[in-house]
Amino acid sequence: MGSNSLHVLKGINFSCESGELVAIMGSSGSGKSTLLNILGMLDEADSGEYTLDSVPIKNLTETKAAQYRNKFLGFVFQSFNLINYKSAMENVALPLYYQRVPRKERQEKAIEYLDRVGLKEWATHLPSELSGGQKQRVAIARAMAAEPKVLLADEPTGALDSKTSYEVMDLIQKINDEGNTILVVTHEPDIAEMCKRVIHLKDGVIVEDKKVEQVRAAQYVQ
Amino acid sequence: MRQLFDRNTWQEIFQSISKNKLRTFLTMIGVFVGIYIYIGLSGASQGLDNGFERQFETIAKNSLFAWGQSTSMPYAGFKTGRQIQLKLSDVEVLYNRVPEIETIAPRNVKGIFGSSPGIITRGLKSGSYAVYGDFPDFAEIATKKIYEGGRFINKADIEQARKVCVIGERTQRELFDEEEDPIGGYIKIDNINFQVVGVHKFTPGGGFESDSDIFIPFATFRKLYNTGNNVSWFTIAAYDDADVIKVEEDIKAVLKNIHSVDPKDERAFGSFNLGEIFNKIMGFSQGMTFLSLIVGIATILAGVIGIGNILLISVKERTKELGVRRALGATPAEVRNQIIIESLFLTMLAGIIGIIAGAMTLKVIDTFTRGGDFPYTNPTVPIPYVIGSLLLMVILGVLIGLIPAQRAVSIKPIDALREE
Repeated sequence: MGSNSLHVLKGINFSCESGELVAIMGSSGSGKSTLLNILGMLDEADSGEYTLDSVPIKNLTETKAAQYRNKFLGFVFQSFNLINYKSAMENVALPLYYQRVPRKERQEKAIEYLDRVGLKEWATHLPSELSGGQKQRVAIARAMAAEPKVLLADEPTGALDSKTSYEVMDLIQKINDEGNTILVVTHEPDIAEMCKRVIHLKDGVIVEDKKVEQVRAAQYVQ
Repeated sequence: MRQLFDRNTWQEIFQSISKNKLRTFLTMIGVFVGIYIYIGLSGASQGLDNGFERQFETIAKNSLFAWGQSTSMPYAGFKTGRQIQLKLSDVEVLYNRVPEIETIAPRNVKGIFGSSPGIITRGLKSGSYAVYGDFPDFAEIATKKIYEGGRFINKADIEQARKVCVIGERTQRELFDEEEDPIGGYIKIDNINFQVVGVHKFTPGGGFESDSDIFIPFATFRKLYNTGNNVSWFTIAAYDDADVIKVEEDIKAVLKNIHSVDPKDERAFGSFNLGEIFNKIMGFSQGMTFLSLIVGIATILAGVIGIGNILLISVKERTKELGVRRALGATPAEVRNQIIIESLFLTMLAGIIGIIAGAMTLKVIDTFTRGGDFPYTNPTVPIPYVIGSLLLMVILGVLIGLIPAQRAVSIKPIDALREE
């Protein structure tokens, strides 16, 4: 994009086990989104190594990166990024389309995942007919539908009020309970506390990396 | 290629097209108008072409007429202003000396160019009509449609100088009763009984003929009106591959030679070259066809560029969506192909609708102009032209789709997602 280069990440070294729920925290400009984008193969690190499920991720062509993203990663964005002319079910089925899953199977699976986020009855609704929390739940269902190894969530609660934030976090915790690895970028301490491990970034370096006692979001949800 | 025949691809495309109806509609208008104009124009020029063909269908396309006038130069002892009279004996010489001639039909006439028409009577009914002395060969040059049951003058009529005649539709109406069969009936031409052997159907096509003309055998005409070997004019048809302008010059040169006219005298013989005029008209309609091709291709091109433009805007609009798709695992090739197929599909759909609308317009115009004097018949566009224009649209649709497609994949997914 811009011609000015900025050194954002200045030496990050950490590894993440399968089944972890990690919060990456830091003030804006600390490099947390950049880190997530590199992990998500949307961006590339200038130097360093990244190994995902013992597959070295480097020098990827766009096509290869797309295939890895499709196979290994699920994305949840702050602004949901649902396709506005597709129904909830079609949105969830989209990653399966790129996996060449047959249509019938795709739809069944999409319904199944919508059911898991509690939006089965909303399957035929367009994103514009859903509330913010519902949109994010559809986005989570979409990210999960491809059965990725890692779920990457970039400020998943950033655009939600605290009540719906907790609902979404409750969902993320439940998914994590099933054994899925999840990385959550956030700058809200209460969200970070709901994870199992918190990594603090400041000016491109890790200043703190600690396991925390998980606060269950369910207690805030009626 | 796999993507092109995949049902899922088409579902994606149909969805993105039908969810953006206004955009789709606007995109298609350009190509629709382009192909519509192309089909309309080339159909119309084909209609004109056919119309001209029809006007000339009653007469051989490379025929000409030649007649004698008066000399404008003294030559071989003759003074200026001598009236030239064509003779029957000229025919043989012309056949021998101008090999490009296929047929010569000498004609005599009474009733046009100032001479008084024949007085025709039948019982109490009478009228005055032009009378032609003809050879059967004439029918080979200028087709005369004869009504069922009748015939044109034949060889035996000439040999025996039979008193038979072919009458016009109007003559039949004016001399015979409505339910009466004129064939075999008798009429009097300048007080001589003639048996009617045929009724000719008149086709308006310019010239001096009419629906009341009476044709009688040349041999009978010369006896009836005492014309001897005189001929009013020659109707001459050249072979199809002959150059009619050169044939005309050769014929005049031969005639000047026979009649002792100065070779440089331009006024002694008159001629009317139908072949030349026909060629000019055909050249004109070919020009029209060419013009409609150019205009059509230009408008199609403009339309396709319009599609490219709107797709470019739509790609910009959909940057984020495309970014999401790529984050979810769409490869650049899949994104690119989807946009190209979209462009191709829109182009083809608009094109096919345009072809159908164009064909319907042509049909309507055809219905309104049918039967009139206007030279416009059966406006159609040849199938190869239609297929060619569709092919052109496919090629242009793909090429123009490449631009927005390339743009769509040139943006990194991360930048696409960041865009608000």
